[in-house]
Formats: sequence, structure tokens, C-alpha cells
Amino acid sequence: MTVQSTPPRGRWRRAWRSLWRAKWPLLAAGLLLVMSGVAVFGPFLAPRDPERQDIIARLKAPMQMDRRKQHTYVLGTDGLGRDVLSRLLYGARISLAVGVVAVVLGGALGTSLGLLAGYLGGRLDDAIMALADIQLAFPFILLAIMFLLVLGPGVLNLILALGVGQWVTYARIARGQTIAQRDKEYVEAARALGQGHLGILLQGILPNIVSPLIIVASFNIASVILAEASLSFLGLGVPPTVPSWGGMLAESREQLLAGRWWLAFFPGTAIMLTVLSFNVLGDWLRDFLDPRLTEGSY
Amino acid sequence: MIAILLRRCLQSMLVIIGVTTITFATLHLGGDPTYLYVSERATEEEIAATRAKLGFDKPLPEQYLRFAVGLLHADFGTSLIYRTPALGVVLNRFPATLELTLCALSLALVLGIPLGVMAALHRGRPLDGGIMVFATFGQSVPNFWLGLMLILIVGVKWRWLPISGRVPLLDPLFSGEFATAWANLPRALPYLVMPSITIAFFSIARTARLVRSSLLDVLSQDYVRTARSKGLTEWRVIVHHALRNAWMPVITMLGLEFGFLLSGVVVVETVFSWPGVGRLVFNAINHRDIPLVQAAVIMFALVFVGLNLIVDLLYARLDPRVRFG
Repeated sequence: MTVQSTPPRGRWRRAWRSLWRAKWPLLAAGLLLVMSGVAVFGPFLAPRDPERQDIIARLKAPMQMDRRKQHTYVLGTDGLGRDVLSRLLYGARISLAVGVVAVVLGGALGTSLGLLAGYLGGRLDDAIMALADIQLAFPFILLAIMFLLVLGPGVLNLILALGVGQWVTYARIARGQTIAQRDKEYVEAARALGQGHLGILLQGILPNIVSPLIIVASFNIASVILAEASLSFLGLGVPPTVPSWGGMLAESREQLLAGRWWLAFFPGTAIMLTVLSFNVLGDWLRDFLDPRLTEGSY
Repeated sequence: MIAILLRRCLQSMLVIIGVTTITFATLHLGGDPTYLYVSERATEEEIAATRAKLGFDKPLPEQYLRFAVGLLHADFGTSLIYRTPALGVVLNRFPATLELTLCALSLALVLGIPLGVMAALHRGRPLDGGIMVFATFGQSVPNFWLGLMLILIVGVKWRWLPISGRVPLLDPLFSGEFATAWANLPRALPYLVMPSITIAFFSIARTARLVRSSLLDVLSQDYVRTARSKGLTEWRVIVHHALRNAWMPVITMLGLEFGFLLSGVVVVETVFSWPGVGRLVFNAINHRDIPLVQAAVIMFALVFVGLNLIVDLLYARLDPRVRFG
């Protein structure tokens, strides 16, 4: 009982054509594809073991060779002689995985709660929305700090802390959209045909409210990656042995005054390019999926 | 207006209760919180003694009640590093953070609003494109990285500005020593420049975007066309008719933005060694000083809720549709 305005294949083709015409989003999508490739195949691409310390090759500038003239450190080495390029390639994994998984988690949680609140209304709706108001009235990164401090750092805790913080946005959008769809004819038709509530929600309403959620998710991944970098910078992210972009930036502080720019420059650029790509792609998605929406809507 | 005031105050109370409850619950998420307060080498007796002293051996509802009553008496627990009441330590550092945040907020408004207005008025032309490119970049740069780069280039390479430290400005002001504050001003400003730009950067970009879209929205309204057809000058149409209504979303954003800036200070203060609450939280995190972090988090929440209350009331005051709707 799904209502689809255009057949899926036509939609994909339209999306591709629109993406091709708009140059920047295409570049962003390409960049993200490369980043995902790096995240998956990082270990095969990295020239060295990211954990391997080498006292002789400490603090090499980019493109410098080691003393034995055997290896060129393309992006230099850090204070422990670890290869920056290899750490950067491994770090892509943490940033992308945490960003995407946290948003999927928060999105699924928020969307389910929003669907239920909008569809059922009443007390449950009031309770969920009151909870949402409380959380919105509070900069969530502070909660994440508390949470990680108590539970300790680690990828899973990081994903939980960041993911749970995101549910409100999705719940509010899903709720509003569900209320708008709840009394439409196709829902009534499905009900008359004897479809259960769960079926109506998942097969009927969900496909019709999914585009604003996807748009938000794209921007959301960008901000979660930034938050992850901040938390790792504070030492609350992944353990220091695991290479992550935020962690690399935190370590770069000690070398900054000595002018060792490469330690801070490359991880920061990697974060910026990833976040920028998600933002540019989000802008395009918004224009493509829902031309009526304007900037301030999200 | 009174009804709105009452309702919003009640809502804020609920939010504060909610936030403190969540903070309390977080503390107990990992099981017995006593282990967060003792060193790793503590003996069983020491742990038991700490547990009894902090009341963690009592049933949860009783603990919560004690926690809530403590908060009402401004008792946020004792800092493990400083061995003094946590609230006092936080309040001591608060002027430094407020100073930085206010500077950043002014920067965001003073730069963000004109940029947004310019972009909207030149819609579709190169100026608009340029501003939007800047805004997209601005929203993608991790602020602490921007800080590190500024330190590297402006501070270390060019040696234009000091890279860390602070000359107090608000502290003497709060204690009534206006002359000292005034005398400190010229020395204080160089220290403020880089940290406040770093914190404000994201907000400048977001404000510019918001102002642009809000103004574009208003400019397509009928009353703007009417104003133009009355033969008013473009300046008058923009300033008196369009901007007046375009302010509304910006004011709503203001409170949220302030909270956002406040949460940005934790990392940025650390980068610039700015002696405020943010750096305090960073040190407290490193020393696992839970009461201190908790006190800072609750303090930030109180400030944030209070600000949003003020913004909402301002909004009701300015927009008759809210007041009478």
C-alpha cells in the first residue's frame, strides 16, 4: 500500500542528472566516495603501520626522507615518529563511522518516536515532546561530555553519546510530517482495507515523510563529525592509541609553538573537507528533494 | 503578557528540573559512581568510606532528593582538585568565559548580519555567491582547528597577537572597579581577538545564512511590493519594512546561538589557555573531577535556559502575533 509519486528508477535518474549539472555537489559526492574508500581500505593504502614509532624519524617535515633514504614521509611524522599519512588514512574510519552510525542511531530513534507521537497523539505525544523541549534547551555537547566522563571513552560510547543527542531533530520533523499525513485519504484507505497500525506507519506514512529526514541527516552527519573531533580533542573520544583526526589535532598542540604546522594542518583539512562535502551535499539534497523548502527550515 | 511570562517561567523550571535529573542519572549510568571519586589504588575500606561520605550507599530516590535539595542550597558538591565548593570555583572563572562569549556574539552579529543583508540584496550575483561560499566554509571548519591555525600563522609566524593568556576585564567591572577595567581595556583587547574570532567563526557563517534567507523571504512579500510601488526609496523599503520583519528569526536564534557559543568555549579556551570555565572543564575532565564538571554543566544549563527565557519574552514583546495569538 505504498504511494509513490514517481517510479524509483526515474527518480534516481533525475537525481543523477541534477547532480551532474550542479558541479559542487558532484565534487562533494566524489570526495565522500573517496573518503569512504579510504575508510574501508585504509589499511591497504597506508604506507606504514600507523602505530609504529620510530625515534630516528621523529618530526620529519612533509616530503622528507628518513636517514637511511629508504622511505619518504609524504605528510611528515609526529613527535613519536609515526607516519602522519598512515594515521590520517586510518583516522578516516573513526570520523566517518562515528558520524554515520551515530546519525543512523539518532535518526532511527527520533523518527520512530516522532512517528508514534504524531500518529497516536495524546499523552504519549505530550511526554515525547516535553522530553524533546528539555533536551533542546541544553547544549548537547555538554551532556555528551558528562556521559563520556562517566562511561569512559571508546568508539561505542562515543556513538551512543553523539547518537542519542540527535534524536530530537528527527522526532520533531517526523511528528509534524506524520500529523500532516495522518488524515490523508491513502491512510484512511489503508485502514479501511484492514491494515494494522504498524503497517500504515511503516509502509504508508514513512515513505512519504522520508525526504526532509534525509536532508537533515546529511547536515547532521557534518555536525556530528565536528562534535566527534571536539570530543576527541578533549580526550573523551577514542582511546589515544586509535588514530583519529580529532586526537591527532590534540597531539599537534605540543608541536605548534615550534612551528610544526603539518601535524595540525592535515588532520584539520581532512575534517573540514569531509564536513564541507556533507554540507554541500545537504544543500543540494534540499533543493532537489524539496524545492519548496528554504534555508531556515532546518 | 503576564500569562505568557508565567507560562514560560513554569516551562523553564521544568526544563531545569529535567536537566538536573538527567545530569544526576548520567552519573549513575555506569553503576556505582563511588569509583569515579576514588583513585585507582584505593583500598576497599577507603572506597567504602567515600561511598558512605558521599551517600552513594543510600537508595537512589533518597540520593536524588539529597542532590536536589543540595542544588537548591547552591551546594554542587566539592571539587576533587580544589577541595573547595565546586560552584565557587566555577563562578570564579565565569567572568572570563562571559567576556569571551559576549565578544564572540557581538562579532557574529556585527559581521554576520551585514554579510547576510548584502548577500540577499545581491541575490544570484557574484557577491552573493562569494558570501555563501564563505558561509558554507565557515560552517565546516572545526573551530579549535581554526584556533590552532591562527596561533600558528598570526601568533607564531607573524607574532602579531599573543597566543595565550588574558587581562581581566569583566572581573574588575563586576567588583565595581571601573577605573581598573578601563585601564585594562587596551591591554585586554589583543588577547581577546583570536579566541573570539575562533569561537564566532561558525556563528558568523550561520547568522549570515539565516539573515539572507529570512530577508529573501520577506522581500518577496506583498507589503514590500506595496512599499516599493508607493515610491519609497530602496533604503527605506529595506530598513523600515523588510528588515523589521526579517529580525524575528534572528532574535529567536540569538538565545540558541549564545548557548552554542558557550559550548564552544570548552575547546577554544583550551586551545588559547584562556582561564575561563571551559578550560576549567577541560582540566576537570583530565583529572576526572566529576563534581566540578557537573557544576559547570548545570551552570551552563541555567545560563542557557535563562537566556532563552529572556529571548522568548523579547520575542513576545516585539511580535504582537505571539502576544495575542
